[in-house]
Amino acid sequence: MLEVILRGLVFIIAAPFVGGLLSGIDRKITARMQGRRGPSIFQSFYDVRKLLSKQVLIVNSLQHMLVWGFLIFVVFTGVLFFAGEDILLVIFSLTTAVMFMVMASYSVNSPFSAMGSQRELIQMMSYEPMLLISAVGFYMATGTFNIKGIMQANIPAIVYLPGVFAGFLYILTVKLGKSPFDLSNSHHAHQEMVKGITTEMSGSVFALIEIAHWYENVFLLGIVGLFIVSNQWWSWIIAGIVILITFFLEILIDNTSARVKWDVMLKTVWAITLVVGGINIFILDIIR
Amino acid sequence: MAKLKKSPWIIHYDGSSCNGCDIEVLACLTPLYDVERFGVINTGNPKHADILLITGGINAQNKKVVEQIYQQMPEPKVVVAVGICAYNGGIFKECYNILGGVDKVIPVDIYVPGCAARPESIIDGVVQAVDLLEMKQDYFEKNGISYNKAMKNKNESNKENES
Repeated sequence: MLEVILRGLVFIIAAPFVGGLLSGIDRKITARMQGRRGPSIFQSFYDVRKLLSKQVLIVNSLQHMLVWGFLIFVVFTGVLFFAGEDILLVIFSLTTAVMFMVMASYSVNSPFSAMGSQRELIQMMSYEPMLLISAVGFYMATGTFNIKGIMQANIPAIVYLPGVFAGFLYILTVKLGKSPFDLSNSHHAHQEMVKGITTEMSGSVFALIEIAHWYENVFLLGIVGLFIVSNQWWSWIIAGIVILITFFLEILIDNTSARVKWDVMLKTVWAITLVVGGINIFILDIIR
Repeated sequence: MAKLKKSPWIIHYDGSSCNGCDIEVLACLTPLYDVERFGVINTGNPKHADILLITGGINAQNKKVVEQIYQQMPEPKVVVAVGICAYNGGIFKECYNILGGVDKVIPVDIYVPGCAARPESIIDGVVQAVDLLEMKQDYFEKNGISYNKAMKNKNESNKENES
């Protein structure tokens, strides 16, 4: 029990630093890819510090509460994951968190905000099956839903689940809000719906969203690592390298593709889920 | 202190102009000038912005839009009028629909000269705007005025003026 609490505490304290740095590195690499100098890698921290000191234009008090709900549930998801609890619970908790975000955005009258939340719901619809298939895949590969158990497998999950891993990488682009799937909320506004889901959030409320995204990104990259780790110590090093490569590829895709329409996203994500994820699970079911 | 200095976010609005200044504003974001290295982001959302960059004059149609963008920005905020048209209407000054410069509808803090304004002078204007932002925030903090209260007072005095 003590170990679980300790792991949770470490995540709560360390994840914002890691997440903020990752986001800063993201912006730096993006700038270099575009032939610019780019901001400092600590830029995200400067941004959040500024947002916390600005005036908050509260549209309604409900939105404020729902944004807090989003942050709390994202942190809860990450704590469950890094404490080594049940992976199904982690996925359901993540879904709840995103629902808070959607409701926060729906609670105001702005059409941009409403459109952002509709798109967020479509995004959820597209990536949710693949998330569940990943959980099922982990169970079939290692015989347990417990994350601690998955990490102690003799053979890393990716050996059994190469297809599921590929499918998960595909939905990771949706979850991280990268082009071509940055439908609901882009890092760069100036689109057909201003800033989408976060349009009506200002000052410290927007800062909470940013911090929640840092937690979320660390947790998502953690799942990438979960595919690689086994009971060997060196598997952790490989997991770290795979996470970094994944992160770099996400930035590369972000910078080399334009945003697609929602139906293209839904069709391709479901096709990938069904073909790569489904066939992988099917074959695993036959050979085991 | 210096909370705003490292991340000034900008919203850019194009009034009645020839688009020359707008092209120059966007040129600041290109690899040659790259204002993002100072943390500047072109947000396009008034609720996330600290600095309002306006190019071009005010006409009967965009008067309301400019007022609304200004009102939606959270305190502390700074308005930068870019180019001669934003100062007094410029070459369009005598047109029947032009009301004049940006300062006819909202308070302007900094004027950037030029027709069209050069990217260098726009960046210079933004740098001065950042200093002003810091000064405004210090003023609010030193005098213990909450932003919401300041805005409420401003809105009330606006109402009185209208009535």
